[in-house]
Amino acid sequence: MELHDVWFVLIAFLWTGYFFLEGFDFGIGVLTKLLARDRKERRVLINTIGPVWDGNEVWLLSAGGATFAAFPEWYATLFSGFYLPLLIILFCLIVRGVAFEYRHKRDEDRWQTNWEHAIFWCSLIPAFLWGVAFGNIVRGVKINAEMEYVGNVADLLNPYALLGGLVTLTLFTFHGAVFAALKTVGDIRGRARALATKLGLFTAVLALGFLGWTQADKGDTASLVAMIVAVVALVAAIGTNLAGREGWSFAFSGVTIVAAVAMLFLTLFPNVMPSSLNEAWSLTVTNASSTPYTLKIMTWCAGIAAPLVMLYQGWTYWVFRKRIGTQHIADAH
Amino acid sequence: MDLALAPETLARWQFGITTVYHFLFVPLTISLAALTAGLQTAWVRTNKEKYLKATKFWGKLFLINIAMGVVTGIVQEFQFGMNWSDYSRFVGDIFGAPLAFEALIAFFFESTFIGLWIFGWDKLPKKIHLACIWMVSIGTVLSAYFILAANSWMQHPVGYRINEERGRAELTDFWRVLSQDTAVTQFFHTITAAFLVGGAFMVGIAAYHLARRKHVPVMRTSLRLGLVTVIAAGLLTAVSGDFLGKVMFKQQPMKMAAAEALWDGEAPAPFSLFAYGDVDKGHNEVALEIPGILSFLANGDFDSYVPGINDINKMEQEKYGPGDYRPNIPVAYWGFRWMIGFGMASFALGVLGLWLTRKKFLLPAALRTGEDEVPNLVLFRRKALSPRFARWYWITALWTMTFPLIATSWGWIFTEMGRQPWVVYGVLRTKDAVSPGVSQGEVLTSMIVFTLLYAVLAVIEVKLLVKYVKLGPPELTEADLNPPTKIGGDDRDADRPMAFSY
Repeated sequence: MELHDVWFVLIAFLWTGYFFLEGFDFGIGVLTKLLARDRKERRVLINTIGPVWDGNEVWLLSAGGATFAAFPEWYATLFSGFYLPLLIILFCLIVRGVAFEYRHKRDEDRWQTNWEHAIFWCSLIPAFLWGVAFGNIVRGVKINAEMEYVGNVADLLNPYALLGGLVTLTLFTFHGAVFAALKTVGDIRGRARALATKLGLFTAVLALGFLGWTQADKGDTASLVAMIVAVVALVAAIGTNLAGREGWSFAFSGVTIVAAVAMLFLTLFPNVMPSSLNEAWSLTVTNASSTPYTLKIMTWCAGIAAPLVMLYQGWTYWVFRKRIGTQHIADAH
Repeated sequence: MDLALAPETLARWQFGITTVYHFLFVPLTISLAALTAGLQTAWVRTNKEKYLKATKFWGKLFLINIAMGVVTGIVQEFQFGMNWSDYSRFVGDIFGAPLAFEALIAFFFESTFIGLWIFGWDKLPKKIHLACIWMVSIGTVLSAYFILAANSWMQHPVGYRINEERGRAELTDFWRVLSQDTAVTQFFHTITAAFLVGGAFMVGIAAYHLARRKHVPVMRTSLRLGLVTVIAAGLLTAVSGDFLGKVMFKQQPMKMAAAEALWDGEAPAPFSLFAYGDVDKGHNEVALEIPGILSFLANGDFDSYVPGINDINKMEQEKYGPGDYRPNIPVAYWGFRWMIGFGMASFALGVLGLWLTRKKFLLPAALRTGEDEVPNLVLFRRKALSPRFARWYWITALWTMTFPLIATSWGWIFTEMGRQPWVVYGVLRTKDAVSPGVSQGEVLTSMIVFTLLYAVLAVIEVKLLVKYVKLGPPELTEADLNPPTKIGGDDRDADRPMAFSY
């Protein structure tokens, strides 16, 4: 295994981390309108991710930075090619981050309502668009011999990618509902569980369609295994949720995300961004990567930093392990 | 295509707008994190309530500010790929590494521990909670280092070779990229300037409250801390700025010649106080100068030769082929002056402030102010200022808080625009760095989106800051004074509302 292969795995790992962690953050954001019945319940939901969402978001920045360093050509083609969708995602991430921090800083009803709309839409839209983006990456887009994206925005809105977007949206929302059930007490916990079941079934249908399509198009044995793991884990997540085992259910919904992302990256390898115009113009781990020297330095950095990050982020989850309910939310704000 | 709307021009405007905007929050974040951590340390060590109140007050302003710093930073990282894809392809092997280091080492640190600090008041024992804000502070400083190392490489590329076959620059010595003198001096200059920003911010807001005789113990402490920070940081900024200037004279002679509007080389070279010139003809029409000072700034003596803009332009034409290698000279010239002028003014006002608010020394007993009183603003040994004058002094202090921000913004504009037409000095031209596949419409759209969004957020942010500044430090509660003893919070608090919630 050469270093650029290692980095392919590490970037897959960073994206997986991002979708696992920010997945339930997005889900919680969407649930503020689907699950919460009043402001206090919305605040309970927001506060379940309060201490951690900021750290979770850094997984995206790491994935972006690592792609820049390890596969500059991939970084350049991807972000200049997916210009407008990425612009929308960045817009949403900015507004959403500010919304979490500023919503409670004034007591006026309109102020708070506006930020709550922002949290909902700016969670929903990126959750959908990430799926569209990855759908297009896997499917292949119009890349010319100079590694430039030559398609337009409409090309990105094809049925396969749109289905991918629906899958990430519903999967993240399901993941968020399971997380909500795990992190709350009282009435909202029961409703979160009930909603999770419904969302889970809905997700299962869409995910089976999308992953099956991927498998039929690009799959091999390894991706088939990943697909089976993803589907089984999703069923297990729904089952354990029904049985009231919230911790297990969250672990399984997490495995679903991990396996689904793994499947996408497995079908991608050794390409990083296939060209739909000409197989030979595809960006691969070899022609898109940095020099072995840069990759070596990056490997040292990631080898030391990544376990440490997981350790202290894990500790954060331990510090805030207690469930919260409406009684823990002060009346003001 | 109309040059004013060419993708390159638009992409540069966008980079300038988003960077300067982002950099309004960064220095304040760096310094307020450390100052808040210092105040919290004082509380843990002394148990004095005024320190806890000060920690909570400045901590809140810090959080309002860092939220904007973080979200605008995301744009910075992705912009390279969006608007500058040929730049990314050309330098990714080198430039990407410090960016990735920043995310993996510094930003994770900062963002994770900030969550622990915000929500940890009733979940973490006193000392562990204190450690969290220090971790955040370390994270912000490390972050600055990696980013500035990356930027320094654009100013002065080292530790690389050009791979003709792949048409890109490749890293040969990462340690040199991290440790070259440009990176080290830029880092010290930026960090010290950041503390100038934070110190002045503290002074201004403390002055606002003291003028109204409110929250006196907390604000008095803050005022003195802020003034001492301004003075120490001001001195260090000047010293590090001198070092940086000398490094630049060696590495980017064009930038410094432009900063001085020195058209033709001179020995000894004068420092320009005011100049008005004709860029096309390449000379100054009006120039007010102090002889010898520029030679000193450049080389440390008063009579050495300093090459001028026209000389360097000719040299670069011989080296890199025909073209105009001059940056925008008025911007470099005035940017340099606004930076130094506003920086020095902040320092001077800091010195004046510290002298005016003396507590005990050099003062007759009748004029000394106690721990919990509004400082007397004694101007001369035996005479305090009249209330009207005192009020003017407080108002001056309040406005002074914007000075270092103006200085740092211009410093950034100067350092970035002074390097034009190069994006990587001597290696890659800005016009060769833009995304070839991105249309004018796309860049224009994103520029409008970000500019409007940033404008709206700026209004929101300033309003919030004003609101919380006016509110003053919070009253302490029972829970504040009795922090938990266990990680995760004490069991006695099982059903108590959280100390902090969104």
